[in-house]
Amino acid sequence: MIEIRWHGRGGQGAVTSVELLALAAIEEGKYAQGFPAFGPERRGAPVLAFNRIDDKPIKVRSGIYHPDVVVVLDSSLVKLVNITEGLKPDGILIVNTTKTPQELAEALKFPGKIYTGDATHIAREELGTPITNTTMLGALVKATHIIKLESLKVPLEHRFGKIAQKNMRACKRAYDELK
Amino acid sequence: MKQKKWPESWHEITPGCMVFEPGSAHAYKTGSWRAQRPIWENAKCIKCGVCYLFCPEGCISQDEKGFYTADMDYCKGCGICAHECWPGAIEMKEEES
Amino acid sequence: MAKRIGMEVAIAAAEAVALCNIDVAAVYPITPQSHIAEHLAEIVADGRIDAEFITVESEHSSISACCGASGAGARVYTATSSQGLMYMHEILPIVSAMRLPVVMGLANRAVSGPLNIWNDHTDIMPQRDSGWIAFFAENGQEVVDMSIQSFKIAEDPDVMLPVVLNIDGFQLTHMVEALEMPDQKEVNRFLPDYVPYATLHPDKPVSMGTANMPEIFTEVLKAKQEALVNSKKTIIKVWKEWKELFGREYNPVETYKTEGAETLILTMGSMGETASIAIDELRKEGIPAGLIKLRLWRPFPFEELKAAVKGAKRLIVTDRAVSFGGPGGPVASEIRSAFYNEKERPIISSFIIGLGGRDVRVEDFKDIILKSIKMKKQDLDNIVFYGVRE
Repeated sequence: MIEIRWHGRGGQGAVTSVELLALAAIEEGKYAQGFPAFGPERRGAPVLAFNRIDDKPIKVRSGIYHPDVVVVLDSSLVKLVNITEGLKPDGILIVNTTKTPQELAEALKFPGKIYTGDATHIAREELGTPITNTTMLGALVKATHIIKLESLKVPLEHRFGKIAQKNMRACKRAYDELK
Repeated sequence: MKQKKWPESWHEITPGCMVFEPGSAHAYKTGSWRAQRPIWENAKCIKCGVCYLFCPEGCISQDEKGFYTADMDYCKGCGICAHECWPGAIEMKEEES
Repeated sequence: MAKRIGMEVAIAAAEAVALCNIDVAAVYPITPQSHIAEHLAEIVADGRIDAEFITVESEHSSISACCGASGAGARVYTATSSQGLMYMHEILPIVSAMRLPVVMGLANRAVSGPLNIWNDHTDIMPQRDSGWIAFFAENGQEVVDMSIQSFKIAEDPDVMLPVVLNIDGFQLTHMVEALEMPDQKEVNRFLPDYVPYATLHPDKPVSMGTANMPEIFTEVLKAKQEALVNSKKTIIKVWKEWKELFGREYNPVETYKTEGAETLILTMGSMGETASIAIDELRKEGIPAGLIKLRLWRPFPFEELKAAVKGAKRLIVTDRAVSFGGPGGPVASEIRSAFYNEKERPIISSFIIGLGGRDVRVEDFKDIILKSIKMKKQDLDNIVFYGVRE
């Protein structure tokens, strides 16, 4: 079972990300959970969202304290919040930033694998907005191969309708351009 | 006055205590409570219907000529009709003992 | 054919209710039930079902509207949480006294004082005496299944009682997970049209919700008690039918690895799934522990619980609620009372956990079980506020 924690700011679509990921995994016949850190949120405030994905039914319903993967949607959170808290030392960190993995490794002293991508840039180009939630899904898939990228197609179409295509493109670019 | 019969056992209670004989208050003749009765003086009556509207028992009705009387089976003699009557056409008279 | 999908449980609950072709929904939004209310309103607005969605001004009005609509013969649904349920409180015993099959989805949320929007059972516990049938769902699939089952059970002529389905707020309502959504044909086969016992109609007038004198009140309440106790027969019958049609089994009391268990832990609601992992780990470590999950809360499943507990030395009852100044958590108190006359009964302890959304983890369940194995009997008599920072 893989446990994933997402860091974002309210309004950036972290909850949508976990939902899309869960739906894509379920499409593939896997079992998944997608849930936000429960509570009232406001735009701009740091928020958390979570996923669990497994090939067998998932019974645990508590919070996630030691994720295997952490995804950060907004680079400004790196300094603000302890994004590696609880992250397993052999885990994976994926950050939306212009910095390189090496620079982050030095700054955060995280021994595991770090991936970076300028999702904001990709999102601006493909979607015309700096909302990086769908873009970072592509980054996550490339870093973890937790699901097949194509499995995101149906959930994206369901969720975004006409603009699903653009979101899928943003995903693919993040997938391809991940460092 | 008809005596009310309580269900003897809990098995006899209808589901939700539903009453299937609606309007059963009809069988309870409250006229026996009366100490005074209303008497209409039709010469003064302007047929406005205020007595009919205000009667809390709803036992005042109009006859063919349009004048009003109370049903003595139910009239409790509260005197509200007499109190409300504008032209003062209703007088409350003591019931004979 | 039923479809395996991923869906947020609150949305799934609304979809399941829509499959039941309700006539009236009177729902007032409150966190964390809000997605149920919103999605059901969307379904009605889109014309997907032919129903009336009454946008009432409060929960007191929503349950009152449901009461009236049900009396008129409509299939009725409402949903609420916490303070909303408290606001409905005065009407709840009236709905059950009037034997109206209203179905309610309750997104369990802590009751205020202080204000708290997160999950626990302090909202449903004060309603124990209201005369409603009460179930607890453990996961999204159960929420869907039991929402549909609730209508059939409530409307059965041998039952005619309202049903509340407890769905852990946030923990379940806001969780996207895999589940199988039955299709309309399957639900139609299972759930027939509602045939009311009597309806408020000018052609055949009846009086509902009458006043009662002291001379018959005892008999009336006895009749209601008997109705609720007897409803268990129908509940079990409907669950049998569900298994035949859908392949999923439901029992008043679910057991997990209780064979040869010296120590049993009892849960209600979604935390039972987390507890099952604790049991797996403890068993691997050689600790004979087992799990009992109470699915049917009212009417209380006395026989099934006694059968499930048979032979165990210890029964740890976890409550996500407090009965202040009382002898223990609400569920623990009831279970102790249920076992009072038994010659052989386990040591029943009361652990209060998960209040106001406090996370209950696998480690916590293991800790509780291991702690109580070490505790002396007299210590187990005291209420334990698990995890409280002294």
